Amino acid sequence: MKIIFKVNLQERTYDGDPFKRLLDVLREDFGLTGTKEGCGEGECGACTILLDGQPVNSCLIPVCQAEGRGVETVESLGLPEKLSSLQKAFLEEGGAQCGLCTPGMLLSAAAHLRSGGRTDERSIRQAIGGNLCRCTGYQHIVKSIRKAAKKPRRTKSGVCISVKQMLKRDRKQILKECSQKSTRCASRSSAV
Amino acid sequence: MFPKEHSLRFAQLGGMRGDPFGMKVLRPAGPAEAVRLYSQNPEALPLAGGTDLMVAWNSGRLNSRTMLDLSRLKEWRGIEATQDGVRIGPLATHCEIESHPAILKRLPLLAEACSSVGAVQIRHRGTIGGNIANASPAGDSFPALAVYEAFVHTVSQEGRRSLPILELFAGVKKTALKPGELIERIDVRFPAEPPDRQVLRKVGSRQAQTLSKTVGAGLLWLGRGGVVLELRFAFGSVAPTVKRLKAVEAAVNGRKLTAELIERACALLAEDISPIDDIRSTRQYRMVVSRNILRAFLAGA
Repeated sequence: MKIIFKVNLQERTYDGDPFKRLLDVLREDFGLTGTKEGCGEGECGACTILLDGQPVNSCLIPVCQAEGRGVETVESLGLPEKLSSLQKAFLEEGGAQCGLCTPGMLLSAAAHLRSGGRTDERSIRQAIGGNLCRCTGYQHIVKSIRKAAKKPRRTKSGVCISVKQMLKRDRKQILKECSQKSTRCASRSSAV
Repeated sequence: MFPKEHSLRFAQLGGMRGDPFGMKVLRPAGPAEAVRLYSQNPEALPLAGGTDLMVAWNSGRLNSRTMLDLSRLKEWRGIEATQDGVRIGPLATHCEIESHPAILKRLPLLAEACSSVGAVQIRHRGTIGGNIANASPAGDSFPALAVYEAFVHTVSQEGRRSLPILELFAGVKKTALKPGELIERIDVRFPAEPPDRQVLRKVGSRQAQTLSKTVGAGLLWLGRGGVVLELRFAFGSVAPTVKRLKAVEAAVNGRKLTAELIERACALLAEDISPIDDIRSTRQYRMVVSRNILRAFLAGA
């Protein structure tokens, strides 16, 4: 069965069993191994992706349900040489330890901030309530997200922009670069 | 793509995982087609948001089954607010319900109940229709639906039915739905008068991603001199299905809420609920905590 949907703004076609998990399609068929499997029960959030901009557990979605929809994985947030402000904050504040929960944490946080969610500690803890960190590094993760959210941002012209705008800008820029440098994304995708 | 190795891998795991190979997936494009396909394949498992079904599938328990994927039924999504209530499509997600303006304003317990389900990832996928059809004793939206006296509308090749929410649940993970019958709408009327008191309390091990040990929803209308005009209270997770507290409500309605009456009502709770010991909690804990929730609510604490 052929299923067409967008992954990180690029249209992709999956041809295979319609009930394969979206998580496995992303990792095995498209080579996007940034998305991790933790519990396989929708409890830990390691497999969090954005489906039409909303955080969801990709281990609980058969690929047929992604038809015609837009998927974003952690790969869309940044490239190693061009990290998003959220990823930078995780690096600076020690928000990543073993790294297994990090892609999910980043996407839950990005979705929360992009949607204009509140940036107090309680709201951030609620936003990442579906993501477990087995290193128990929550303090640093929350700090990282707050740092990314709080940092005063100025564009080149010196205008302050909101966190929401900033993350959207980051995303647009990175996706643009990602498609320009399609070598990296494409070669990753076809390597199975 | 590596179909051959793939099925080999699953075979080696001895059926401990979901194997997409051999799954039959029916993907109706509209409600009429869904009903027809379901009547032709009554053994199929209806799949909505998948937050519960996919957990079972991932563990390998549903291999080689037929799935009726309802996700393409746009007609069954969405929430429509009318003058006297809301009509909720069965594919409305918990997130959509908890943020709907009319529900937030007129049915706040339902909004709160939906916002207490799972975590944001689950609430974006899990649907109210799927939650109801799944009929878990711990369904968090059920006590709120029970005190708002929601109606579940179903459809099958034989026709349409409308059932009060409490009559839909038949036991642990059992419903009154017949083979080939699907939920097509959930109607919840706004209370004629806003209640004087209302409560929703979910007690679990943590705030997010927790299955409740007990979950209660209550509405109370008071008349002159503190006389109870109407009490509606329901508990979940403390019986095979969600329970309206019939004995408690009958003892309290029409009487003045005195300390003695509150104690009598709390003593009657044992007639209405029947909690058990299980992996999440004990019978005793559930009884004591549920009673405390009821007492605090009646006392206005």
